Amino acid sequence: MSILVNKDTKLVVQGITGREGLFHTEQMLAYGTNVVAGVTPGKGGQWVVNDKIPVFDSVKMAKEATGANTSVIFVPARYAADALFEAADAGIELIVCITEGIPVQDMMRVRNYLDQKEIRFVGPNCPGLLTPGESKVGIIPGDIAISGNVGVVSRSGTLTYEVLYALKQWNMGVSTCVGIGGDPINGTNFIDCLRMFEEDPQTDKVVLIGEIGGTDEEKAAEFITDHLTKPVAGFIAGQTAPPGKRMGHAGAIVEGGTGLAADKIKALEVAGVRVAKHPEQIPELLQ
Amino acid sequence: MKLHEYQSKLIFAKFGVPIPRGKVAASASEAREIANELGGRVVVKSQVLVGGRGKAGGIKVANSSDEAEEYAAQILCMEIKGLPVRKVLIDEAANIVSEIYLGITNDRAARKPVMMVSAAGGVDIEEVARETPEKIVRVHIDPLLGLRDYQARDIAAEIDLPRDLWHAFGQIANGLWKAYQNSDANLAEINPLVITADNQLLAVDGKMVLDDNALFRHPDLAEKRDLDVEAEAEIEARKYGLSFIKLDGDIGCMVNGAGLAMTTMDIIKLFGGEPANFLDIGGGASAEKVTAAFRIILADPNIKAVLINIFGGITRGDVVARGILSAMEEIKPEVPMVVRLVGTNAEEGRQLLADANMITADTLADAAQKAVAAAKGGK
Repeated sequence: MSILVNKDTKLVVQGITGREGLFHTEQMLAYGTNVVAGVTPGKGGQWVVNDKIPVFDSVKMAKEATGANTSVIFVPARYAADALFEAADAGIELIVCITEGIPVQDMMRVRNYLDQKEIRFVGPNCPGLLTPGESKVGIIPGDIAISGNVGVVSRSGTLTYEVLYALKQWNMGVSTCVGIGGDPINGTNFIDCLRMFEEDPQTDKVVLIGEIGGTDEEKAAEFITDHLTKPVAGFIAGQTAPPGKRMGHAGAIVEGGTGLAADKIKALEVAGVRVAKHPEQIPELLQ
Repeated sequence: MKLHEYQSKLIFAKFGVPIPRGKVAASASEAREIANELGGRVVVKSQVLVGGRGKAGGIKVANSSDEAEEYAAQILCMEIKGLPVRKVLIDEAANIVSEIYLGITNDRAARKPVMMVSAAGGVDIEEVARETPEKIVRVHIDPLLGLRDYQARDIAAEIDLPRDLWHAFGQIANGLWKAYQNSDANLAEINPLVITADNQLLAVDGKMVLDDNALFRHPDLAEKRDLDVEAEAEIEARKYGLSFIKLDGDIGCMVNGAGLAMTTMDIIKLFGGEPANFLDIGGGASAEKVTAAFRIILADPNIKAVLINIFGGITRGDVVARGILSAMEEIKPEVPMVVRLVGTNAEEGRQLLADANMITADTLADAAQKAVAAAKGGK
């Protein structure tokens, strides 16, 4: 078992003929992900990746022809909200949006629309998901993680790779890694993932990687106190970040006294989470 | 991106929010002309993108055009919190009876815009929020539906606004919502919205912060960016698609990915050093980007060492290493450089860098320790 993605994932790639979309489709196929279709409006009828993957004009057409149940979005920021609405209206069950830089108001509209439907949405501005040995949806390098019993959830990209890599050095495997993204308004959050990891029989331990900005880590800490029986280790990035500055990620900002790393670390420690001083300590804390 | 008061108020006015008659001036003589046109008492207001202008002496009431000229001359020479005053707004002075705060911002926890209103206007709203949060009325707006008329009425009733002003207040609230939505703002604020002696509502001061990610939809607004508020290095970085923030330490950082870049700063501090900057070079560390990043980092005279931390992942380590080397050839840095590369072909990359006399490291902790040692003079 694992969460969100596995061998049954049938993936459609939105923006498949773009540079990023095409490159990562090849990477995902090489990893063994079941990519069934791509979508680029106006390019329906083409085939890509050595004529293996059919391209459709719309998500609806792709889903009808291939039975896709999951979508990954690589379209540029200015068209991403439309791509999200399209996937939702086509009845895709899990939508993963990699795109960075989507306007916040677009994301508020998308999120409020998606909340009215039974859709699982991950991202945006995220590296996607990886269930080692089964499926990767997004851009996480497949070879930095092995299959195992640690569930990983993170707001970051390369910092997540750092943790996966450290776990692998210690020969510790991962059930599923979920990059929930660095935007202020996103889909699936820490609590959603913690709940899924708690219910997942393959997952025995959880790693939570947060960063400055917002209060999601504090809420996750409350949830851990009330609902989690599995041990959690964590790391919070941005202890040295100055207030009022956006640290690369749109959501990584300390504003009006909230979003501080110190508050998040304290909340997690109170909830019994073992918080690492730096990411390479995480495997040790999971022992 | 922040807009000046006069820019924000002009946008509000476009959506039906009443603002005082007024104009901006870049010189004292212009200020005098405007004051003459307006007649009567005017307010001379510095246009700088910081709070606390009034306390700093950057806002003054003038009783004549002579006075307006004099105050404008004074204010145009000022620096407020390090920012030069380049323009003043000359507004007709209002006869203020009471002041209201009215703002819309993104509530990230609720994932909706929130309208915040307080009868205790005119003061710093964050202070009100801290000390007397019960004085702020918060109403969430459905981003798919927009502000409903009843919501504005509810707010008016909640802050005990006289009934005869409810209609005008509704129009202002709706105008502010439209300004926020149509400009892709993160914040649109009227502070204060005043009730005048002749019982009118008037937006006396305004502020907008726009979403940088949405500026592609607003080329007219993007042009209004005031570069005074940004460090030169940050402006330069943006040109190359780099995300850079200057800090006070002496160890320069070049990292791919924002979370890892913050982590790299944190770990430098953990091992006793001080990071000099945040720098995310983003995906695909091309020689051009790396060169620009080096130039920006090394322009800081405090730099004693540089830590390069690249988690290659799908980007190949040898390609990154070659990019770093070609950038080094161009820049010829004089400070020690510590490099950590992980990912595909990382070992080949590390060898290339070691051959070029760079200090290489295997782990993040190792890299940070080596950088801290290098900055302190020992290698």
